[in-house]
Amino acid sequence: MESSISSAPAAWSAASRWLQRSLPKLVLSPTLIASLIFVYGFILWTTYLSFTPSKGYPIHELVGFLQYVRVWNHPRWQVAIHNLAVFGILYVVLCMVLGLLLAILLDQRIRQEGALRAIYLYPLALSFIVTGTAWKWMLNPGLGIEKLVQGWGFQNFKFDWIVSEEMAIYCVVMAGVWQATGFVMAMFLAGLRGIDQDLVKAASLDGASLPRIYWRIIIPQLRPVFMGALIILGHLAIKSYELVVALTGGGPGYATELPSTFMYTHTFTRNQLGMGAASAVMMLLTIVAIMVPYLYSEMRGARKRSH
Amino acid sequence: MAQKWDSPQMVRGTSAHWSRFIIYGLLLFFAAIYMLPLVVMLLTSVKPLPEIYSGSIIALPHEWTLKPWIDAWGETCVGLSCHGIKGYFWNSTKMTVAAVIISTAIGMLNGYVLTKWRFKGADLLFGLILFGCFIPFQIVLIPMATLLGKLGIASSTPGLVLVHVIYGLAFTTLYFRNYYVAFPDELIRAAMIDGAKFFSIFFRILVPNSAPIVVVTVIWQFTNIWNDFLFGASFSTGESAPMTVALNNVVNTSTGEREYNVHMAAAVIAALPTLLVYIVGGRYFVRGLMTGSVKG
Repeated sequence: MESSISSAPAAWSAASRWLQRSLPKLVLSPTLIASLIFVYGFILWTTYLSFTPSKGYPIHELVGFLQYVRVWNHPRWQVAIHNLAVFGILYVVLCMVLGLLLAILLDQRIRQEGALRAIYLYPLALSFIVTGTAWKWMLNPGLGIEKLVQGWGFQNFKFDWIVSEEMAIYCVVMAGVWQATGFVMAMFLAGLRGIDQDLVKAASLDGASLPRIYWRIIIPQLRPVFMGALIILGHLAIKSYELVVALTGGGPGYATELPSTFMYTHTFTRNQLGMGAASAVMMLLTIVAIMVPYLYSEMRGARKRSH
Repeated sequence: MAQKWDSPQMVRGTSAHWSRFIIYGLLLFFAAIYMLPLVVMLLTSVKPLPEIYSGSIIALPHEWTLKPWIDAWGETCVGLSCHGIKGYFWNSTKMTVAAVIISTAIGMLNGYVLTKWRFKGADLLFGLILFGCFIPFQIVLIPMATLLGKLGIASSTPGLVLVHVIYGLAFTTLYFRNYYVAFPDELIRAAMIDGAKFFSIFFRILVPNSAPIVVVTVIWQFTNIWNDFLFGASFSTGESAPMTVALNNVVNTSTGEREYNVHMAAAVIAALPTLLVYIVGGRYFVRGLMTGSVKG
């Protein structure tokens, strides 16, 4: 091919060769530029804003950590951090425990395993807004589950967590766990199916009981799955936003505020760009603190495996 | 993670009847809990309002009605305008289809470059792009709102498409890159020796062999973009809002008597497209989750 165009001007063929050589880089460049601007550039931009006194619009003046101090002194942020801890821990632990339980149960040569799996997993296809709407209705104190149970004859049954400042956050946990458990189950199930059966057989020939085999042999081998699930769930917990919006709207009062809802309200409804930016930066830092060590170890593992 | 879905089940199993009974009992119990919200939504959406106030959430309707569905679709008030959610459903459809097609196509090309035309620093660049999968989107909301305003596409479907494409690229690139890594290099080299160039190799060799990963990526992107609320709420107003934002408005701003049956019908309508995708492509949906899970 190259020799057949020798009659064309040399510059032309040089340009064409350059194009062929650079084509891969050219194809990748829009994504790269987008990433540099819209991820890295925007992170820098938000970080910069977090050091300015910006309110309704950006003010280009540096005030040091003032906005961070204001955020940390804000009662809503303190509630948000407390809620994030409660929600995050319960969400991660419950999803893992239930997910592992379901995976182990499903791994016992169950008939209709596919159908059951599909039932546990379908909530993942739903928007958090739909989940929130559905659970809000079920948790409605006058008409939802409370009324249902009262109708069964338990006249004194009370279930009004969603309107209680102390208990509302547990409603968010319930809906969140309902939505994500199937996913953790799928991860554990894949892990269980990948376990070396010879070890299990050997142990059972030695007379080990089934619970003991699970506890001593199988679950320890699922370590990487635990790590993966922990990272993903922790990451999801920090990002959680929609579920609270749809389920409680951050209420009652601001009892179910999370860092994400704090960021949104201060940025878009309270005209506190600086505080919004500072809270966003802290969310990012929390995620980075979780992700970077994990990614680093994953990449090292991958490099070792490929060599 | 190895895909072991179809592997034979565990070799062992216990013969004791009571333990089988407990296992099935627990599994069915959880299945019932998992189905409950969907069942409640559906039942509530076909009941007249008085029955909702008098009966329980899981009671079958005495009088079946589709009026809540008709109201939700064409009559209910979203904010101040009372034309139902159909316009927003259409907004979401346009936005999702466009953003899914564009982000998948670009991700495919990126994956191809990053695996078959590797150059120095390619891994580093991939890592750089991949970081976009992890960020909490709150960190980009303020600059993005400013930029969309400056570009004059704030509160428009094209604006949302742009946002979803940009922040979907990291995922689509990851999917295709991880898939093409396992694609045999020999085929590419043979084609090169035959004189095939960059795009002809891509279209003649890679694309025809990409069906499974395209399905996985499309399902993942479709679900995420359709279900997005944060970008929709931040970058759209009024009539330009996507379905999730409209649903939240229907449920949380209705004045007067709360029409729970209409809310539930609207919620089911908002959930239908992704549920349908899940039912039709469940296997691929799970595979996408697992591939995506390595990244988070």
